[in-house]
Amino acid sequence: MRTAFKPSRRNFLKTSGLVIGFALPGAQRLAEAATPAEFKPNAYLRVGADDRVTVVVGLSEMGQGVHTAIPQLVAEELDADWTRVRVEQAPVDEAYKNPIFGIQATGGSTSVNGNWGPMRKAGAAAREMLVAAAAQTWKVDASECRTEKGAVVHKSGKKLSYGKLVAAASKQPVPKEPKLKDASEFKIIGQNLRRLDTPQKVNGSGKYGLDVRLPGMLTAVLAQPPVPGGKAVSVDDSKAKQVKGVRQVIQIPQGVAVLADGYWQAKKGRDALQIQWDKGANAGLSSEGVTKMLTEATQQEGKVARNEGSVGSASGAKTLEAVYEAPYLAHACMEPMNATAWVKKDGIEIWAGTQSQGPNQGILSHVGSVDPKQVKVNTMLLGGGFGRRFAPDFTIAATVLSKMAGKPVKLVYSREDDMRAYFYRPASVTRFAAGLDESGKPVSFTARVASPSIMEASGFMKLPPDGVDSFAVEGVKDVPYDIPNLRVEYSRQEPGVQVWFWRSVGHSQNIFFSESFIDELANAAGKDPFEFRRSLLGKQPRYKGVLELAAERAGWGKPLPQGVHRGIAVAQSFGSYVAEVAEVSVDKDGRPKVHRVVAAVDCGEVVNPEIVKRQCESAIVFGLTAALYGKITFKDGQVEQGNFDTYPMLRMSEMPKVEVYIVKSKEHATGMGEPGLPALAPAVTAAIYKATGKRIRKLPINPEALKA
Amino acid sequence: MVTLNVNGKQLQADVDADTPILWALRDTLGMTGTKFGCGMALCGACTVHLDGAPIRSCMTPVSAAEGRKITTIESMSASRVGKAVQAAWVKHDVPQCGYCQSGQIMSAAALLASNAKPTDRDIDAAMSGNVCRCGTYNQIRAAIKDAAATLSA
Repeated sequence: MRTAFKPSRRNFLKTSGLVIGFALPGAQRLAEAATPAEFKPNAYLRVGADDRVTVVVGLSEMGQGVHTAIPQLVAEELDADWTRVRVEQAPVDEAYKNPIFGIQATGGSTSVNGNWGPMRKAGAAAREMLVAAAAQTWKVDASECRTEKGAVVHKSGKKLSYGKLVAAASKQPVPKEPKLKDASEFKIIGQNLRRLDTPQKVNGSGKYGLDVRLPGMLTAVLAQPPVPGGKAVSVDDSKAKQVKGVRQVIQIPQGVAVLADGYWQAKKGRDALQIQWDKGANAGLSSEGVTKMLTEATQQEGKVARNEGSVGSASGAKTLEAVYEAPYLAHACMEPMNATAWVKKDGIEIWAGTQSQGPNQGILSHVGSVDPKQVKVNTMLLGGGFGRRFAPDFTIAATVLSKMAGKPVKLVYSREDDMRAYFYRPASVTRFAAGLDESGKPVSFTARVASPSIMEASGFMKLPPDGVDSFAVEGVKDVPYDIPNLRVEYSRQEPGVQVWFWRSVGHSQNIFFSESFIDELANAAGKDPFEFRRSLLGKQPRYKGVLELAAERAGWGKPLPQGVHRGIAVAQSFGSYVAEVAEVSVDKDGRPKVHRVVAAVDCGEVVNPEIVKRQCESAIVFGLTAALYGKITFKDGQVEQGNFDTYPMLRMSEMPKVEVYIVKSKEHATGMGEPGLPALAPAVTAAIYKATGKRIRKLPINPEALKA
Repeated sequence: MVTLNVNGKQLQADVDADTPILWALRDTLGMTGTKFGCGMALCGACTVHLDGAPIRSCMTPVSAAEGRKITTIESMSASRVGKAVQAAWVKHDVPQCGYCQSGQIMSAAALLASNAKPTDRDIDAAMSGNVCRCGTYNQIRAAIKDAAATLSA
């Protein structure tokens, strides 16, 4: 039996396995709470007497389409009428634990991967109960009944819609091992069904965290320390308190908060604060210093992440060495971080666009000194997540403020606050060395990665005994090519900045590093970069499959318009395989223009092909934005970027054509929220090399260095 | 206290004259469809129409709106162009996270109200002030063209 792809690095979160959720105590309790007018066989779905099917999803919708894909899984096995399916955000409960994480949280491209089995079983169990109910009503054998589009049909032609079976189905025993469909029977899985969340997102009615309004609520804006780890030593709030609408000024560990009737007053008040900061140990932090620290670390031996053969004894006829670098990056979700907290006598209620409602329940119970059961987390729509909303900084601060103010408090980060609140993708440097034999075949490959540890920064993981942060080396450690002598090392370096998960995590920089260096090897071997990779992927059919499909669809080797060049790269992340071909030109000022990106994807069985394609395209835009513009830099301890003028985003006029092709696959379904990202930068910079002969080894791409 | 004409209604808002329209709408009048993205007119999430023209409400004070008509996403379905744009957005399933889409729709509706058949360049010019972090630009472009076709039919 195929099981979910479980990245080993996620095993820190003891997995609960792919246990069907409604076997869990929590699920049963929720099921019993159903009203008689509804059939509620488990925590994941309800059928109403009006035939309406409500799928209850514990995962956060941040654009990735999970509030459509999960209902598709349930509806398929339920044989629901899709036009009657709606989705509802679940509360925090055991039943909604992410099967891969073992906690209720959304990230790591795990949603479809982990729920492929459980959510189908939830639908299948309900279907069997509805069939049993109809058979009982008709006094026939269940084997004489089938289901279609929200109804049970008897072989005689008699038909009862699910809504009419609500009461009878509720009395049926819950089957433990309901029979699942064969993929050939799918009618809903694999279809380009419309997203269930679209209507509310085109008429302004969808409610994001920032849209929460409570009676008596104050809005808080925070003055954060200007340097990581800094502390306010004196606060003069006299001017802030003169601002109309400002009600309170409260100092908390994260900074100094001004609470007012609304955002504008709170921000004016915050800007009027006069604070003396102790900048602490990071007052001298600079990006030059970070680069130096990381680069020097790669000159020393690190902790061994992978070691095959003996790199020392196989240098090859031709040797290459290169050092690659990637900067800190902010997520820059369109909706700045915010949360609304209400600490009441009998518990805490929080409203937030969060990726980690489960952990938040526990964390906030500590903040408020209450039992976790007394913490109610309301998950709102997320205006972007990308990993940032896995962090609890904003929910903690909002809860502390509500507790101290004695009122509901909505904490809102301004764009600048959001960009300067750290939680960055780590800066990283990797030093490569490789040897090619006379025929141009690589015989040795060494990579030394130096970067901060996300595991240690996360607050819920520790570096394992081998000292290797798997997030820091993913994408380099698992270089898939057939190279006999291979060694990857990691050196943990901590410049002092809080780092965090960023869309595709370590792959976001490491695939740029490793695939670019592979491109260098191909070039040194005098071989075509596509053919070079293909020749080294004999043992990797899924890598090879996407590589070949992308090359074919892109017309690899065929002529291009004057000045346009192609680059190619391939990556696996989160169990999904993606190859990308970028078509790029560089103008005389050194500015690259990406005209077209062709991607090929193998993410196993596909729930909704259009959503897979859109997620791939979305990740391509995210990767391109980072490659062209993305950098968070430090000077005298302070972040130099603050808003979209200094941290630019890709815009409509720069958008390339994107084509995404999906490999037909019977492999276990894996996620696509992130895997489209890693191959983009190396494909683009490989094309730039073709265009200019200049190798980009540091992101973002610097046009100055590419000037003709 | 200022009087604002929002979506055809005269509304009183107890805010200072320097308050951006965005915050009067969201915090005082309770209309949260218009979004806050950057506060510096750099991302377009807060786009509304002032006398039919797209403006960034995060930088435009309420004092600039007195005696003029503010139109927001909440009333888009009331106009022929707005309705066509929203229908095209649904048809192309444009939104992902959706946070920027109110602003995108307001910019697109303003474009189509003044230019019935926008070229790709026109679309670039009208829409490049609106950031979409999810990267739905190609779907936005397709939806604008679709809405233009509907409107000229």
